[in-house]
Amino acid sequence: MSTDTATKPPVGVRVRSWFGDNALKFYAVIAFAYLLLPVAYTFVFSFNDAGRTNIVWQGFTLDNWKNPCGAPQVCESVVNSIVLALGVTIMSTILGTLIAFALVRYQFRGRGTTNLTIFLPMATPEVVLGSSLLALFLNIFVPLGFWTVFIAHVMFCISFVVVTVKARLASLDPRLEQAAMDLYANEREAFRRITLPLVAPGIAAAALLAFSLSFDDFIITNFNSGQFTTFPKFVYVSATRGIPAQANVIASAMFFIALALVLVSQIRNMRRKEA
Amino acid sequence: MSKTDITKAEGDLYLENLTKSFGDFTAVDDLSLQVPQGSFFALLGPSGCGKTTTLRMVAGLEAPTAGRIRIGDADITYEKPYRRPVNTVFQNYALFPHMDIQENVGFGLKRRGIKDVDAQVADALKLIQLEQVAKRKPTQLSGGQQQRVALARAIVNRPAVLLLDEPLGALDLKLRRQMQLELKRIQTEVGLTFIHVTHDQEEAMTMADTVAVMNNGIIEQMGPPTELYESPRTAFVANFLGQSNLFPAKVSGVDGDNVVLEDSDGRFLMPKNRVADGVNLSSGSSVLVGVRPEKINIGPLDPGQEPPSHGNYVDGVVEAASFLGVSTQYEVRTAGGDAISVFAQNLDVHGLMPVASQVRLTWLPLHGFVLDGHEDINAGVESELVVG
Repeated sequence: MSTDTATKPPVGVRVRSWFGDNALKFYAVIAFAYLLLPVAYTFVFSFNDAGRTNIVWQGFTLDNWKNPCGAPQVCESVVNSIVLALGVTIMSTILGTLIAFALVRYQFRGRGTTNLTIFLPMATPEVVLGSSLLALFLNIFVPLGFWTVFIAHVMFCISFVVVTVKARLASLDPRLEQAAMDLYANEREAFRRITLPLVAPGIAAAALLAFSLSFDDFIITNFNSGQFTTFPKFVYVSATRGIPAQANVIASAMFFIALALVLVSQIRNMRRKEA
Repeated sequence: MSKTDITKAEGDLYLENLTKSFGDFTAVDDLSLQVPQGSFFALLGPSGCGKTTTLRMVAGLEAPTAGRIRIGDADITYEKPYRRPVNTVFQNYALFPHMDIQENVGFGLKRRGIKDVDAQVADALKLIQLEQVAKRKPTQLSGGQQQRVALARAIVNRPAVLLLDEPLGALDLKLRRQMQLELKRIQTEVGLTFIHVTHDQEEAMTMADTVAVMNNGIIEQMGPPTELYESPRTAFVANFLGQSNLFPAKVSGVDGDNVVLEDSDGRFLMPKNRVADGVNLSSGSSVLVGVRPEKINIGPLDPGQEPPSHGNYVDGVVEAASFLGVSTQYEVRTAGGDAISVFAQNLDVHGLMPVASQVRLTWLPLHGFVLDGHEDINAGVESELVVG
């Protein structure tokens, strides 16, 4: 055996190991390209000097970014969506967190059934949820508008909040609360100083989830909103006669805000670990 | 008695007829004991014997079904955990993960409304020799360090009673030995009443002034470690604390200060004061004879050998011999059919006796003990195997 073959593996092995080392990178690049291409498209076309329809590239402009409320109803629908999502987040986070505590900490009749039914809104197709809610509202003569959408959103967001908070709570050692009570903290103090801070990341995650679910929802909203317009509904309705470039501006801005939030929290986490 | 007095109560700890049932299961059964102030007390028993339940009742984390708990004159039976002058070192330490070590240790002091806790926290950390980790989070500490922090967090409050629930259970053997000495040092230094729950008999014997051996919700025997070891009153204690050779025998009479016993291998003498309380010594009643393996002398059997003057001997055949360095452990089958373990110290008197060789076992009458014949010969044997 020559020294050459001893130091270098045969060609077949080398090709295979190169492929093994790089296949995942290759796949990841393709997958991300697939995911991010529509976002890139939306971002690029937010600079389109579009006029009425924003489908063909007609030249670069910053006008859309300078005046995002330029098109009729764009900003109104965004404000509607934000107000709605904030309200839904607060309501569903409070209710969902309380339900999660009850489910994890207490034995009561109907606990198993509650556990099961909590999952139903997550498993049911949105079309079914939206249409049956609409039927309900019409049957009891509730006028469609902000409040019907609010109720519908809270209903399905609660499920996600319960599941998220429950997971966090289940991993919390009950002996920590006992230790706090053993160390002279009464029930309220033990909850405030031990339970709440330890469950808080779960509650925060649940709130963010509820916000994005509500902000994003179209199908259930469309069934139950009447004249009330949210941003997703606005985009859908205007799609028939051409989405204004301002919608691209707002969508891109939302994407970058979300990205910035994630980056900031990641950096903070890394710093905390180093400290 | 007003409520502020209870949080400052001190004195001996009394458990009076304490009972705790969970449905049909009685975890703690009519338990009464007194723990003198400032002593190191161990509750020793196999898992499920009710020792942890007892501890949790003293801590206030479990309400007794019946009975009373007192510290000095103060009745704390149904007092909330945060109103008792009692602190616990939990089995898994239960350190608060979102607080640093300093905040963990200062938690109890702050809850009691003490404003400036820094000096006391620093003292407590000094006591456990961990001043340097004050600013770290619990997860950044090793198991042994976390254990000591849990101890400091409880001790800093100077409770009337400190409860330790298997505090060394999660540590490896070497660290455990080290922490046993450390715990004993700290207890002597601060002079608090320590109640230590453990299933490790060696741990209990090393540290405690008084050991209570618990089984099936009751205390089998209570006393200083040497007394429990030398004069067990039940088969469970004899087997759970160390190892014992127990074999059934019949009383054949009383000869002065000695009881004469008879079994398949012959006659034995036992001093009357080596007989457990309440054993029937009338002729013909059955008893259990016990001898610790290290109290037995083993030697090769010579033909025509005279019996020892005290008369306690059996002859047998070596069935197994394992050389352990410090000692050799023999399993001997007697002519009467009993299996007897012997630990022979490595004094090089007889050399190693090979398997199948004929041997004579002798022991001094005062090295044996006599138990009631109705005791279960194997009580406490299995539980020790599971644990060890």
